[in-house]
Amino acid sequence: MSEPIDIPRRESGVFRISVRTAGIMLAFTLVFTALMAGTHKLTAPMLAASALAEKQRLIGEVLPAAAYDNELMADAILLAPNRYLGLDDVTSLWRARKNGAPAALVLETAAANGYGGRIGLIVAVAADGRLLAVRVISHKETPGLGDYIDPKKDRNKARPWITQFSGKGFESIARDKWRVKKDGGQFDQMAGATISARAVTNASGRALAWALENRETLFALPANSRFEADGGKP
Amino acid sequence: MNAYKEIAWNGLWKQNSILAQLLGLCPLLAVSTTLVNAVSLGLATILVMMLANFAISALRALIPYEIRIPVFILIIAALVTMVDLAFNAFLHDLYLVLGIFIPLIVTNCIVLARVEAFAAKNGLRASTVDGLMMGVGFVWVIALLGAVREFVGQGTVLAGIEMVFPSLSGIQVLPEDYPGFLIAILPPGAFFVLGLLIAGRNWLEARANQRALQKRLHDHPPAANAPA
Repeated sequence: MSEPIDIPRRESGVFRISVRTAGIMLAFTLVFTALMAGTHKLTAPMLAASALAEKQRLIGEVLPAAAYDNELMADAILLAPNRYLGLDDVTSLWRARKNGAPAALVLETAAANGYGGRIGLIVAVAADGRLLAVRVISHKETPGLGDYIDPKKDRNKARPWITQFSGKGFESIARDKWRVKKDGGQFDQMAGATISARAVTNASGRALAWALENRETLFALPANSRFEADGGKP
Repeated sequence: MNAYKEIAWNGLWKQNSILAQLLGLCPLLAVSTTLVNAVSLGLATILVMMLANFAISALRALIPYEIRIPVFILIIAALVTMVDLAFNAFLHDLYLVLGIFIPLIVTNCIVLARVEAFAAKNGLRASTVDGLMMGVGFVWVIALLGAVREFVGQGTVLAGIEMVFPSLSGIQVLPEDYPGFLIAILPPGAFFVLGLLIAGRNWLEARANQRALQKRLHDHPPAANAPA
């Protein structure tokens, strides 16, 4: 590394050095941005494949295989970006049927207001209006504090926090009680990490309300069609 | 003491990043809630520190002195991003455990500190060894911190080990009905335990200095007529 340079008194010298330094900074920026872009390009297909595998595993967790008998992955609807569900991109929504009758909807939703930003969720809503289960797809909550929303990180292995939504519906818990206890609702939160729990609880409530509102339309659509409605606030 | 021994001694104890330099406290305090989390962050930190020290030692002749800090930050951030992506793609199982910790390392100023204080002035081998040793020094302290917080906070040891080794499981050391001591898990608990660890180090150092002084006095007693 070079030693500090004595700044010459002449203006033009200062200018030349500034330009040279800026040029070097620019060169470093370009080289390392290119390296990052290259790594991204190289790894993107593998990342997409493992994200898909993970999603299929999570669908298996929210929707028991015995609950349906159709080809779930083929019976999909493309859901346009949906502000109410917190989805900025087109996502898939899957329709589970048993003996031809609607059994459950599996959809993605997201909470924008986690402690570490966006929390991606997947939920299954049964035909009887109950939430079958919720799972976290992606999150950036603090390790060891807010990450209990992911059952893999939850210390309570017998009954992870996120399983308390399983089997709940607006018949057992009123819509305005679908909150964490700290907000006057019915769901537990862990002390010291309420924001994570609140984000997941509120997002799952919104997803359930949205699914109940739209499910007749959704089940009537032909497979692989696109659903545009942004969903009013039920 | 040869150069590498000195680098190791500095990293592990004398200039220990946490106990002596008090650097990298942001991820340290956030993640040291359990032993497994702490060691996971520590291992990811070792990797990034070795890479950063290596890269900057290799490029040090090209980096102008005046803009070294922005260039260092650029290189460290780029390395962390690439490590994150590569881990996710090629070592996906390990990534599921360590992945969440890798972006946190960008906030660890110990990486920048070692790059600036050591790698920018030393050769490739010495710099890489310095990154390794500073990283190992970070790991043993954060592991101790994590173990104490986990034990006091929830009465377990190695909770969450099943994410790394599915055949193992954490051990409930204190009775099952131990109510937990929440503050140990929360950030204030990290400060308390860290304060105790630093106090312990200072005590050991003070005792060693005292002994060295006594030994010197013993070997070379001051002359009787020396001024007091």
